[in-house]
Amino acid sequence: MTTEREPGSSMPLPSLAPTEFVGSSEPTVVSTEPSPIREFLSKRGSGRLADTSFAVVMLVCALSIFAIVLFIFFILISRSKLSLIAFGWKFFMRSAWDPVSGDFGALPFIVGTLETSFLALLMAVPLALGVAVFLTELCPRSLRAPISFLTELLAAIPSVVYGLWAVFVLVPIMREHLGPFFAKTLGWTGLFGGANFGVGLLTASIILAIMILPVISSLTRDIMTAVPNSQREGVLALGATRWEMIRTGVLRNSRIGIVGAIMLGLGRALGETMAVTMVIGNHAEIAKSLFAPGYTLASVIANEFSEATDNLYLSALIEIGLALFLVTIVVNAIARLMVWAVTRGAPARVA
Amino acid sequence: MSTQPLTPLTPQPKPSAFSTMRRRTMNQLITVLSVLSTVLVIAPLVAILVYLIYKGASSLNLAFFTHIPAPVGEPGGGMANSIVGSGIILFLASLMGIPIGIAAGVYLAEFARGTILGNAIRFTADVLNGVPSIVMGISIYSLVVMQQKHFSALAGGIALAIMMVPTITRTTEEMLSTVPHAIREAALGLGVPKWRTVLSVSLRTASPGIITGCMLAFARVAGETAPLLFTAFGNQFWSFKLNEPIAALPLQIYVYAISPYDEWHRLAWAGSLVLIVMIMVAVTLVRIFANRGVLKGAS
Repeated sequence: MTTEREPGSSMPLPSLAPTEFVGSSEPTVVSTEPSPIREFLSKRGSGRLADTSFAVVMLVCALSIFAIVLFIFFILISRSKLSLIAFGWKFFMRSAWDPVSGDFGALPFIVGTLETSFLALLMAVPLALGVAVFLTELCPRSLRAPISFLTELLAAIPSVVYGLWAVFVLVPIMREHLGPFFAKTLGWTGLFGGANFGVGLLTASIILAIMILPVISSLTRDIMTAVPNSQREGVLALGATRWEMIRTGVLRNSRIGIVGAIMLGLGRALGETMAVTMVIGNHAEIAKSLFAPGYTLASVIANEFSEATDNLYLSALIEIGLALFLVTIVVNAIARLMVWAVTRGAPARVA
Repeated sequence: MSTQPLTPLTPQPKPSAFSTMRRRTMNQLITVLSVLSTVLVIAPLVAILVYLIYKGASSLNLAFFTHIPAPVGEPGGGMANSIVGSGIILFLASLMGIPIGIAAGVYLAEFARGTILGNAIRFTADVLNGVPSIVMGISIYSLVVMQQKHFSALAGGIALAIMMVPTITRTTEEMLSTVPHAIREAALGLGVPKWRTVLSVSLRTASPGIITGCMLAFARVAGETAPLLFTAFGNQFWSFKLNEPIAALPLQIYVYAISPYDEWHRLAWAGSLVLIVMIMVAVTLVRIFANRGVLKGAS
């Protein structure tokens, strides 16, 4: 950069007038006094000190992001020490959850989290891809802005409002219409047995799917827009239909990015708390049926944290938080790397 | 690269009618499926919004904005203390989160472009963005609430501030990197110090975008419930002290939604409508201001 200046140096400012008009051929006397311009500038805070301190302040703020992540990590470890020592790695394999006798294991919550997130992805991903394809490839230009605005509006609705809607609208629908329908048509799979109360794993998955849809679809849309038009034109010129163009020209090129977007959606689903807590039924048991009430990592914390009175109970809950933190960090890190690889112009591999 | 001898073009066999039809049907099928999925996505959104407006508007009244929650069993009551409490928490969060977020964004865009440290910070910010809000809640609980020995508005503010930082950092950085370099060079060429250039030229030029980013972060945390559960905790009465439990609109909606009383359900719907309207109004207002008038920069 050419911005470095020595505040105290006595370098003469170049005269604006061309030298031949000055007339005098003798060398100008270099004054040791700071020039008025220099004085003016240093009064206005020009100088190495101001610049350096500004840069340092900015750096400290930037480093605070590191500090926050490290701080969360260490505080969660230190507060969950009691349960880390008491149960060790077995904590994540045991399905006991008995606050009264002080016996804790996180398996039911892990299973519940994986089940709901997986089901939510199963429902959301095809729809999100459909929306993204529609928006980038098929949609008339005049419809594009309103539809993307609407899908992004979905992301602005707070989680607790989704929960409220789910409790009063989705749960009755599940209990009276959708549930019996699933039981009749898919009952042979054994996944839809048992009593259907309306609340349970399936309801939680549906509300999760609705919540992660905008995340996946808007990211996928960005990634598909980043595919150069020459790809599309090339495939079309070979006589492909529009679907063949989308499949070979667009989807194949943006594959990695789409997987990244899906993983970001997964990260959202894993950590989603309020709406899930309100409709999952909150029951710490591994059930076979999707109608059965369950529990997720996030919802057990939300539900039981304030009633955890003894230290072991509290540290077991914080350890669940630690597990959730680590899992979402890993999922998000992988997802970000994938999305970056595509949107930053790294060559998309064509298998 | 291997050079193959040019072979004379052999006439391609004419595609069979069946294959052409299959491809055409597939194309139409996908088009229909894609349109259908868009409709399926838009449907729940419209359903949620319409139902919310219908339920919320029918249960809103003046008492909602002026009264504090009524005891169980008594009709009436409102969420005045929650609205004010949410305002206080969000103000605290913005006070802490916005300066740090913007400063970190400035560092990434103006000082650390292309460096390893810059990339690492950018990556960490993206990852932090995905940390579940409930984890943020229990971390702040462990740090602030356990030290203070009681729940407080301040703890809620800190939790939300941390959630605002990564979003603001990333949008600030993106907006600053759209500022043309020539403008910065012009300022530097006039002898303006770097810090001054950043503040009055780069940031000012990018200000509409940065304000929008801050509003998005604000809107995102305004509806957060999970981080407030164990920090701000909620309060049935008026409270303006920063080191006492304080009511917040999302918390109150949650408490009322899972309660068994119809009267409270009604208030939960009204609260949700107010919350969403507040978020939307805040975002739109600042968009308007950012696009014309006082806040508009040199762009």
